[in-house]
Amino acid sequence: MSALESTVPELVIEAGHSEKHYWLDLWRYRELFYILSWRDIKVRYKQTAIGAAWSIIRPLLTMIIFTIIYGKLAHFAKDEIVPYAITVYAAMLPWQFFANALAEASNSLIGNSNLITKIYFPRMIIPASSVIVSFVDFGISALLMILLMAWYHFLPPVQVLLLPVFVIMTFLASFGTSLYITALNVKYRDFRYIIPFIVQFGLYISPVGFKSSKVPEQWRLLYSLNPMVGVIDGFRWCIVGEPIYLPGFLASCAVIIFFCIIGIRYFRKTEKTFADNI
Amino acid sequence: MTLPAIKVEQLSKKFIISHESQERYTSLRDVIANQAKRLTRRTRKGGSGPAKEEFFALNDINFEIFPGDRVGIIGRNGAGKSTLLKVLSRITEPSSGRITIRGRVASLLEVGTGFHPELTGRENIFLNGAILGMARSEIKRKFDEIVDFAEIEKFLDTPVKRYSSGMYVRLAFAVAAHLEPEILIVDEVLAVGDAQFQKKCLGKMEDVSKNEGRTVLFVSHNMNIIKTLCNKSILFAGGKLIKSGSSSEIVKSYLDFGDHGDKVYTHKMGGKELRINNVEINGSKAATVALLSQLIFKIDFEASSFSGDCEFFILIYNDEGVCVQGIFQTDTGQYAAVRSGAGSIKVTLDNNLVPGKYYVSVGAFDRFKSFLDWVELCESFEVQSVYDDGRIFRERLGLSLGRATWEA
Repeated sequence: MSALESTVPELVIEAGHSEKHYWLDLWRYRELFYILSWRDIKVRYKQTAIGAAWSIIRPLLTMIIFTIIYGKLAHFAKDEIVPYAITVYAAMLPWQFFANALAEASNSLIGNSNLITKIYFPRMIIPASSVIVSFVDFGISALLMILLMAWYHFLPPVQVLLLPVFVIMTFLASFGTSLYITALNVKYRDFRYIIPFIVQFGLYISPVGFKSSKVPEQWRLLYSLNPMVGVIDGFRWCIVGEPIYLPGFLASCAVIIFFCIIGIRYFRKTEKTFADNI
Repeated sequence: MTLPAIKVEQLSKKFIISHESQERYTSLRDVIANQAKRLTRRTRKGGSGPAKEEFFALNDINFEIFPGDRVGIIGRNGAGKSTLLKVLSRITEPSSGRITIRGRVASLLEVGTGFHPELTGRENIFLNGAILGMARSEIKRKFDEIVDFAEIEKFLDTPVKRYSSGMYVRLAFAVAAHLEPEILIVDEVLAVGDAQFQKKCLGKMEDVSKNEGRTVLFVSHNMNIIKTLCNKSILFAGGKLIKSGSSSEIVKSYLDFGDHGDKVYTHKMGGKELRINNVEINGSKAATVALLSQLIFKIDFEASSFSGDCEFFILIYNDEGVCVQGIFQTDTGQYAAVRSGAGSIKVTLDNNLVPGKYYVSVGAFDRFKSFLDWVELCESFEVQSVYDDGRIFRERLGLSLGRATWEA
């Protein structure tokens, strides 16, 4: 082969062949990933009057309502040193991220079906970019946390420096679950209806308005099988110094990792037929 | 020796059609219900599974394309052209066989694939470029050239949802035309857009392959464009490769193809409420007519669920695929009153055609100009080079003749 010919990339397409270069391909298409994320962020609040303020207003209002209901009416805020609003908001942040990511990503493949049926790229880019969009929202909402702390003159404990670890954990929890559900959604459109439902009641079965220490001791490990329990506990530990329940936290981590693995596996297994099924 | 740019060996793509579900997607309920059914069936020991049928969209395809070739892919609807392009551009996997591609592939599939209506022209250039596989730096470098080519300078910062369809196509093609893939795949996008721009695109595509040695694969129903643009062509029918060779030869076989195969009318549009099922010309299936004589078309149709006013039309194509005559019933200011059931209509026309072989498409509109049916290239006839009194025709310029009165 001459020098000229060797510069031309050679590609072989065979049944079942795409497996081998998957991760390399994903890297090669990173630029598409950036631009799709950028597109989703850019159009997210187009033609809305208050734009990105939505990503502050939604968690803010939910936080206020939860603070009143759980803190004042249910008296969960009794003998608390930390302002209850901060305790609630520390949980609201990861929960909103998770819920948004799940809702956005589960419809992402179907929403981009015109791309999927017409061009090739590693399909994982699409749900990943919708998780990124929710992450940007998360970043904006996090600014409100700083304002809230200033308002209450509250200084977080030193472990707040470990917060990025828990952010990554939230990210993985959202990404793994989203991959699984979006792939299922291509085949079974039922998931379009299941997701809003999960997001709705998930808010109540996750320790957003209350602390997970309110759960009776003997049920706590079981309760931690909800991956968001571990994530929220982690956030609370970093921000308000609430002691972490280690066995439960590890259980949540295990569930997150489990979901990531089956999410990726199922996604990759079905990915090749997306264009035929969508 | 140069290696082929694309080498396809024993390629097949199989779909499983399940006859039980009419829906485009399965729902969980159906799956659960079917599993349950299967269980009960198993216990009863009998009954067959759901009716499934294998369907080969591509069946044992072999061909080679060399660098710098401009190849036209020809075939009727459902012949497997689009599936081939999808497999080549890695959107779906083949069921068996092997394809070796040397070089980057980029496809220009449909107008504005990947455009986002809310984004501006400028932003969409970057988005579309990335989707087609260009690097950011590459797009930046060619940005001005793209804008120039698309002729949209003034609207760069307008969201593309406010673009006219012509501008949309121009922008889409401009981005794709500035790709530098070794292999470019084009699927009939040029159908839209104004004639001047079409010309420019065709020029650009020719340029790309002739001067830069790049390979172009082009799918179109327009035989004229195929003939001018492509030096080689491949003909598909029913998922099989029928013939490949020089474009003029393949276009001719495509147009002739109807004569050899069993006559199945291809309904390009409609064909549901009203269905044209037979067309005869001068009482024959392979009429030969003299110059300046008369053509009598008899169109048989079945109106299953339509009754009312209806406008028939006839399009006549020459063997280069150019539509030389369009004859519409409302040219006479009339409609045909169609009652449900079988019917037939007779059309008498002065033959103004020059000698050669002609192909006929026939169709019908309702009063609101929506298609009731349109059968494509269903019949053919030949105009001989003699007049009806036996005199021989003298070759000349022009695509049509006319019976004129000459007075001194």
